Amino acid sequence: MTATADTQAEVEKSDLVTLTIDGIEVSVPEGTLVIRAAEQVGVQIPRFCDHPLLDPVGACRQCLVDVPDAGNGRGMPKPQASCTLTVAPGMVVNTQATSPVAEKAQQGVMELLLINHPLDCPVCDKGGECPLQNQAMSNGRGETRFEVAKRTYPKPINISAQVLLDRERCVLCARCTRFSEQVAGDPFIALIERGALQQVGIYENEPFESYFSGNTIQICPVGALTSASYRFRSRPFDLVSTPGVAEHDACGAAIRVDHRRGKVMRRLAGNDPEVNEEWITDKDRFAFRAARLEDRLEHPMVRDDETGSLRVASWPEALAVAARGLAAARATGVGVLPGGRLTVEDAWAYSKFARVALSTNDVDFRARAHSAEEADFLASDVVGTEDVTYADLDAASVVVLAGLEPEDEAGTLFLRLRKAARKSGTSVYAIAPYTTRGLRKVHGTLLPTAPGAEAEALAGLSWDGVVPVDERTVVLVGERLASVPGALSVAAKLARSHGAKLAWVPRRAGDRGAVESGLLPGLLPGGRPVTDATARVDLAAAWGAQSLPTEPGRDVAGILGAAAAGALGALVVGGVEVADLPDPVAAREALDAVGFLVSLELRASEVTERADVVLPVAPTTDKAGSYLNWEGRLRPFGRIMHVPASLPDLRVLAGIAEEMGAPLGFRTPEQVQDEIASVGAWDGERPASPSVEPGGLDVLPRRARSGSTTSESSTTEVVEQRAQASASRPGEPTGDGGLLLASWKQLLDDGRMQDGDEHLRATARRPVVLAPAGLLDELGLAAGDTAELSGPLGSLVLPVDVADLPDGVVWAPASAPGASVRTLVGPAGSAVTLSPTGGVA
Amino acid sequence: MADTLTPVLTAGWGDERSWTLEAYRGRGGYAALDTALGMAPADIVTMVKDSGLRGRGGAGFPTGMKWGFLPPEDPEDPKPRYLVVNADESEPGTCKDTPLMMASPHTLLEGVIISSYAIKARTAFIYVRGEILHCVRRVQAAVAEAYAAGHLGTDIHGSGYDLDVVVHTGAGAYICGEETALLEGLEGRRGQPRLRPPFPAVAGLYASPTVINNVESIASVPSILEHGADWFASMGTEKSKGFGIFSLSGHVKRPGQYEAPLGVTLRTLIDLAGGIREGHELKFWTPGGSSTPILTAEHLDVPLDFEGVGEAGSMLGTRALQIFDETTCVVRAVLRWTEFYKHESCGKCTPCREGTWWLVQTLANLEKGIGSESDLDQLDDVCDNILGRSFCALGDGATSPITSSIKYFKEEYLAHLSGGGCPFDPIRSTVFADEGVLTP
Ligand SMILES: Cc1cc2nc3c(=O)[nH]c(=O)nc-3n(C[C@H](O)[C@H](O)[C@H](O)COP(=O)(O)O)c2cc1C
Ligand code: SF4
Ligand code: SF4
Ligand code: FES
Repeated sequence: MTATADTQAEVEKSDLVTLTIDGIEVSVPEGTLVIRAAEQVGVQIPRFCDHPLLDPVGACRQCLVDVPDAGNGRGMPKPQASCTLTVAPGMVVNTQATSPVAEKAQQGVMELLLINHPLDCPVCDKGGECPLQNQAMSNGRGETRFEVAKRTYPKPINISAQVLLDRERCVLCARCTRFSEQVAGDPFIALIERGALQQVGIYENEPFESYFSGNTIQICPVGALTSASYRFRSRPFDLVSTPGVAEHDACGAAIRVDHRRGKVMRRLAGNDPEVNEEWITDKDRFAFRAARLEDRLEHPMVRDDETGSLRVASWPEALAVAARGLAAARATGVGVLPGGRLTVEDAWAYSKFARVALSTNDVDFRARAHSAEEADFLASDVVGTEDVTYADLDAASVVVLAGLEPEDEAGTLFLRLRKAARKSGTSVYAIAPYTTRGLRKVHGTLLPTAPGAEAEALAGLSWDGVVPVDERTVVLVGERLASVPGALSVAAKLARSHGAKLAWVPRRAGDRGAVESGLLPGLLPGGRPVTDATARVDLAAAWGAQSLPTEPGRDVAGILGAAAAGALGALVVGGVEVADLPDPVAAREALDAVGFLVSLELRASEVTERADVVLPVAPTTDKAGSYLNWEGRLRPFGRIMHVPASLPDLRVLAGIAEEMGAPLGFRTPEQVQDEIASVGAWDGERPASPSVEPGGLDVLPRRARSGSTTSESSTTEVVEQRAQASASRPGEPTGDGGLLLASWKQLLDDGRMQDGDEHLRATARRPVVLAPAGLLDELGLAAGDTAELSGPLGSLVLPVDVADLPDGVVWAPASAPGASVRTLVGPAGSAVTLSPTGGVA
Repeated sequence: MADTLTPVLTAGWGDERSWTLEAYRGRGGYAALDTALGMAPADIVTMVKDSGLRGRGGAGFPTGMKWGFLPPEDPEDPKPRYLVVNADESEPGTCKDTPLMMASPHTLLEGVIISSYAIKARTAFIYVRGEILHCVRRVQAAVAEAYAAGHLGTDIHGSGYDLDVVVHTGAGAYICGEETALLEGLEGRRGQPRLRPPFPAVAGLYASPTVINNVESIASVPSILEHGADWFASMGTEKSKGFGIFSLSGHVKRPGQYEAPLGVTLRTLIDLAGGIREGHELKFWTPGGSSTPILTAEHLDVPLDFEGVGEAGSMLGTRALQIFDETTCVVRAVLRWTEFYKHESCGKCTPCREGTWWLVQTLANLEKGIGSESDLDQLDDVCDNILGRSFCALGDGATSPITSSIKYFKEEYLAHLSGGGCPFDPIRSTVFADEGVLTP
């Protein structure tokens, strides 16, 4: 390792270019732009269009410098834009600090930029944090000489439901348009018109529909772009900024939380080059108001014996009632459903609470489709691993996605993947039902796969030669593979046998931390298998516990089933939405049936309304903690607001445990962190990867099975064979209009954590049913017509559109606002039908 | 005096239906192509280098050298090469390419084929200014004729060389004459100049090696093949060789195209054009279109070559000689030009976009007598902040009329201020003024 690093450093040294800036010699890597080399000598050249993560344009001309020697002994006759000029050995650059020519050029450009800029700083969101204001002060003239007419436009125009544009404030730097085109791949805004009338415009027929649109607001160097949700809300100098970590997915994006008098006013992208660079999703940016809604739980509640309804209780009373009820049920058994949104510290508390206070392994964080195979896979191939990082995507020659739609399910990962594809030539392949917009944006290739056939498709990668799988391949599997028997087994085997890297990318911020904390029926903290006696003893010793339950527990479905059947006496439920569970109907029945129900929640929910004790817990702003992102990288964050009554889950659980006479030994996140560090990870043997056979479906093209190599069959041929194979799956609904439903949650949906920002929700993608062209023809439907999608739970009328789906498969969004397919039609994998309604959307 | 003219490109313009293939063949057309196809491409490049031909589109870059910048062909990464002919001719005053394409489009086409062969291009584009629709049609018709006659298409003249020519019509933007904006336009994007490097020779049209030349540059190539590099180099001056079309417009008796060796003087050209219109005298002129600083009567004997005009403080540009006599208000003329630049600024960079917005307003006020002497210094200073600070040469060009007119005619600006408005009667400068039609 060290040796490699050293040689690398040497190589890099020889690639350094030495030049002189303002009389100071500096050595920088070849290809560095002068504007950044100047930063090395402490000179900030003013700039507007320049952005280190966007391709240079040289449009604003604010960064002009004098170059008396271009490195070849000759000077450049005109001032040069330092943001487009790369360094050369021996180059001499004089910036505004030493060159009157550069200084005058910069002042001249600044003056020109200001002539058409309105003087509405006092009412502009950017006022106080505005690069134009700041640089006009540092590099501009004191007085304007412009006394004629400014260009004006009618005030602002909506370029999306969320993003507003004040055209007269725009300095036409093209940062927003370049971000949208280059970084997000959503070129829905562009510069239009010419001369001083040039302006940012939208396509007439296409809205600025991008999950990443908020980044344009942040990088706009003036107040031309604002958000409907923050516009006119506060002044930057009244805000306190605290770094944070986004809680909406498993990416661990760094954010900055700006708050004022105990209220979060806005969130911005933090700058973490190793993770999210300077970008976040609109969900990470705008979805933070849910905790302020009416239904926020403010006091503990207990169910009144007489009235049978919930009443406000004091903390001591509520904790005592909870402890009593749980202690009483302990003999029968208590199940714990903590959910996937916990911090590592809270997850640890749940894990210890279950094992120590409740003596059970009936604990499972997976509030979604799950399987025993998945639990085994998490224990064998995920817990404790840090095999793949964001940077590995750049280094990878190939990334294979299976059961994972990064743009919807892991936005930061999506942007990094797009960057890898654009800049590093990484090829992306997706085992998915159709070519999504996200896949097109990573220039990816679809390996067409009907839902349920992912395992076979993964297996196929070993032999069909379509995708080169080797040490430079990264396989990213999504949590949706849990519902495909064999898929995770095959993925693990594929990676192992080809030396490829493998990572599991779940959807929720707490998922990975829950795995490490042992919130699984067969897994204890630090990767200790329940079935391994040494591991149990090791942990019991660390915890100072007499003993730990020896038998693996039940998973979510098992826990709910047992609760419904009376085999469990009580349930402790964390932040779980019933609708997210694999069988919400059965879940509701179980919650109704169980003898004693304790709910730790932020807002009123289907669980709290059924609970016997409701214990309000702190939102992320009110507690310190950390998330483990999909890479396995720890993402700690501090407490933003000090609200003494707002208790983290771990404090509430500690309180119950104390009442039960089984103290957990901690009360604060810091104490939990110390305990996690001292307990450490399991260094014993890892369980073997699961070896579930794919669902018995025969999708291997005959030729390949008979042993012939694929060199003679072209990639497209094999892809087609696969498509056919996966389309004609035996046992799947065929005939009678029977179709198979492919479905997943999109980034912006009806999720409760997005409640409270209607502008954000309005930018969610409009729900459609996607169908293969042949099917639409058959049904006499054209894109835009409406059709009724019917499934086990009911039906929903939605517009249709065409996609390259396998025959017999349709796709619909699982949880679109107002059109929740998963609750109104059925979960992914359901048999559904589609019938025309005669309408047009 | 008439022997000062060297009609080569313009030689057949007076022929009956001069634009047809038949007429062109009649004057020996497409013979040079045979000569060229019998040569190695590299030898043609050398020949054009030796001739000393410099770009006729304004900047005067040596044409053969430009061709030589194409990177050697890489068998590992074979990329097509393209020739693009710049026929966007939109600079105010410039009017040489349009008449050439109208009168003898085959001269251009023969040049395109020889040049494409020389640089090993198999597709050439002619980007014609969209407003000159009759000219577009004429070039299209000529291309069709050339295909039918086997001068274009596959196996040209039995040589085994294939070439396709695409005629592309612009959409009405002066900036699309700037070569990289032109490429953007050709690719179907908004016409805005591109960042360089990469230069078009390395990554031009569709990111492939591309040569972009002016119509007149390319049209001069067949004559070099026909008569030799020495013949071409024997004309003109030491560093500005050959002949060029000088377009005289404005207050001369016979405006039009005068083809003469580079280095000819305006005095000679005005004589050829029958003199300044009767009873008037030269006041100011542009040597090469509105983007070149104006000159005055004191420059009548400046040799019109790249060096001579440069020394006189202007640029040869496109040899668009706009002649203004003493009836013309310089402030008014400069304001009109500046309005043109404001209208045509593509908007990409701050100095040109915002600067022209400001300059027009100041000039408009000055024309009306509003302002003070300090406004002239301010105009100069704003121009100084645009010139050499803009992304492309359009911004530079926008400052030329202003700074040069203030230099030579400051008194006239001041007269507007002291006299409360323009002291000129604009009608007197019109063509019809001397006919007494409208003079009150
Ligand atoms: C604003 C602007 C407009 C231009 N318009 C033209 C034009 O209409 N025709 C032309 O040949 N060159 C024009 N040029 C020059 C071209 O950029 C380029 O230098 C020329 O086509 C090269 O050809 P040449 O080397 O044969 O002269 C223009 C340049 C600028 C900056
Ligand atoms: S809106 Fe902002 S980011 Fe976009 S071009 Fe204008 S100033 Fe630049
Ligand atoms: S100088 Fe700037 S604004 Fe003007 S045309 Fe060139 S690039 Fe466009
Ligand atoms: S920052 Fe260099 S041109 Fe805009």
